[in-house]
Amino acid sequence: MLKIENLSAAYHEHPVLRGISLEVKNGEVLALIGPNGAGKSTLIRAVSGVIPYTGQVRTNGDDFAALTSMQRARYIAVVPQAISLPPAFTVWETVLMGRTPYLGFLGHASEQDEELARRSLERVHALELIDRRVGELSGGEAQRVLLARALTQSTPILLLDEPTAHLDLQYQVSLLELVRDLARKDNLAVLVALHDLNLAARYADRIALLVGGVEKAVGTPNQVLRPELIEAAYCLPVHVVPHPFHEGPLVLPAERS
Amino acid sequence: MKRSVLISFLLLLLALTLSLAIGSVFLTPSELWNVLLGRGTPTAMQIVWAIRLPRTVLIVLTGMALAGSGTAYQGLFRNPLADPFLIGVASGAGLGAVIAMSVKWPYSFWGLMAVPMASFLGALLTVFAVYFVARVGNTVPTTNLILAGVAISSFATSLTSFLMLRSTGEVRRALGWLLGGASQGGWTAILALLPYLAIGLGILLLSGHILNLLQFGDDQAQQLGLNVGRARALVLAAASLSAAAAVAFSGIIGFIGLIVPHIIRLWVGGDYRRVMPLSILGGATALLLSDVLARVLLAPQELPVGIVTSLAGAPFFLWVLRRAKNQGYW
Repeated sequence: MLKIENLSAAYHEHPVLRGISLEVKNGEVLALIGPNGAGKSTLIRAVSGVIPYTGQVRTNGDDFAALTSMQRARYIAVVPQAISLPPAFTVWETVLMGRTPYLGFLGHASEQDEELARRSLERVHALELIDRRVGELSGGEAQRVLLARALTQSTPILLLDEPTAHLDLQYQVSLLELVRDLARKDNLAVLVALHDLNLAARYADRIALLVGGVEKAVGTPNQVLRPELIEAAYCLPVHVVPHPFHEGPLVLPAERS
Repeated sequence: MKRSVLISFLLLLLALTLSLAIGSVFLTPSELWNVLLGRGTPTAMQIVWAIRLPRTVLIVLTGMALAGSGTAYQGLFRNPLADPFLIGVASGAGLGAVIAMSVKWPYSFWGLMAVPMASFLGALLTVFAVYFVARVGNTVPTTNLILAGVAISSFATSLTSFLMLRSTGEVRRALGWLLGGASQGGWTAILALLPYLAIGLGILLLSGHILNLLQFGDDQAQQLGLNVGRARALVLAAASLSAAAAVAFSGIIGFIGLIVPHIIRLWVGGDYRRVMPLSILGGATALLLSDVLARVLLAPQELPVGIVTSLAGAPFFLWVLRRAKNQGYW
C-alpha cells in the first residue's frame, strides 16, 4: 500500500506540486494523467525520494522520509522512461542491478539474486534478450527490461514514469497488460504516469488527474474522465462516450468551435 | 574475467622486464634474473637496485593511479573523454605541488608528504570548479567538460609557470618533473607515494558497482538504492587522491587515463567491476612501455615520458572524440 499525504515539492522555490494526497492499494493500478507540466514525473521523483518534498509518503505506517535510499529501494521500484540507457551493459547486468538494495558495497550477487533476475526476465517475456546490450534494444524491449529490473527489486510498490511514451501501439498495450497482471498476481501497489487517456481508462483501476501541480480529481475512469474535467484540464473540447468494446469511457477530441 | 586478468598480468610482466633490461646498459633476461636473486655483477646490481627498479616501480604506481582515476572520472562524469589531464585535474594538482614546493621543499620523507597533500587539494579544487562550470542539470556534456577543463587547466598552468619563473633552486628542479620525467625520487618518493595510492586505488578498486549504477544517471542510481551524493563524493575523492599523488611524484603525464580505460572497455565491455581493475593493471603496462620508448627514442638522451604519452595520446583523443560524437556517449 502506498499512501501519499499532503505532498508538495518545488524546483528552485517554484512550486511544482501542491498538497497531493493519494492512496494506492495493494493489487491496484492507479494512473496519473494530466497535461504536460502537470507534475506527473515530479510526483514519481518525489515519491521515490530523488527530490525533496514536504508532506508524507508512507506504507502501512512506515514513513519513507526516515529511510535511507537503500531501505526505500526495498519498498519502491521505479520503471523510468527507456531513453539514454548506458549502451555498454548487457540486459543481464542491467536486470541484476535491481538487486542493489540487498547487496553489499561491492554489488556481488548470490545465486538466489541471479535466480530472481532470471525469473523477472521470464515474467516480462524478455529471457531471450539476456545477452544483448541494452543500447541495441528497441524501445519496447528496453522498457520490458527496465520492468524486469524493477521486479528484481522485489518491492511491494511499483512506480512507472510514462512507460508507453516511446512505444508503438502493440507494445503500449502489451506492456500495460503485463503491468496490470503483475499488480494482480503479486499484489503490488502500482502508480503509473500515462499520457494516453484511453490507455488509462482501460488499464487503471482508478485515475488521478493532475493539473498545474494540483490534484483535480481522483476516482474510477468513469468518475474522472468526464468531459468538463478533461476540457478544463487540456483546454480542448472532448466527447466522452462509452467504449464500444470494453467497460469504461472512451475520450475523443472534438472540433474546436 | 580470469583470462583477461591473466593476459593483463603477462603483459605487465613483459613491460616490467623491458623496463628493467633496457637503458644505457642493456641487461639480458638471465643477467636480470641473477640480479633479482641477488647474484648479479656489482655494476648490474647497482644499476637495477639503485636506478632502474625504483624508477620502474614509480612508473608502475603512476600508471596505475592515472588509469584508475581516468576510469573513475569517466564513470562519474558519464563522459568518455574525462581524463585527469584533459579535465585539468593534473594541472590543478601540479599547481598545488608547486605552491608547496615554493614554500619549502626539504628532500625528506615528510617534505615529500606535504607536496602530495597540496597536490590533492589542488586536484579537488579543480575537479569541483570544472564540474560546476561544465554541469548542465545532472549531466556534464562533453563540450562543456573539455572547455571548462582547458580554461581551468590553462589558468593553473599559468600560475604554475609564474611561480616557477619567480623562484630559483628547488622549484627550477620541478620543471623537468612537471613535464613528466620520473627520473628523480628514488625509494623515498615511492615510500611517500604509497599511503596515498593505497587509499585512493584501494577505494577505486572497490567502486566498480557504484560506477555501474551511476551510468544510469543519478535518479535511477538513487532509486536502485545508492546514496548518490555520498557515493559520488567518495569516488571523486579517491580518484583525485590517486591523480594528485601521481602528479606530485611523476609530474603531469597526459592521456594514460584516457587511452587505457578505452582499450579495456573495447576488450571486456562496460562493467566497471571489470574495467576498473584491468585499467589499473593496463595503466602500469602502458606507462612502462611509454617510459621505455622515452628512454630509447633519442638515446642516450632521455625524453620526459609525458611527451611520449601525449604524442600517442592526442591522435587517440581525436579518434575517441569522433567516435563519441557518432555514438552518443558510451
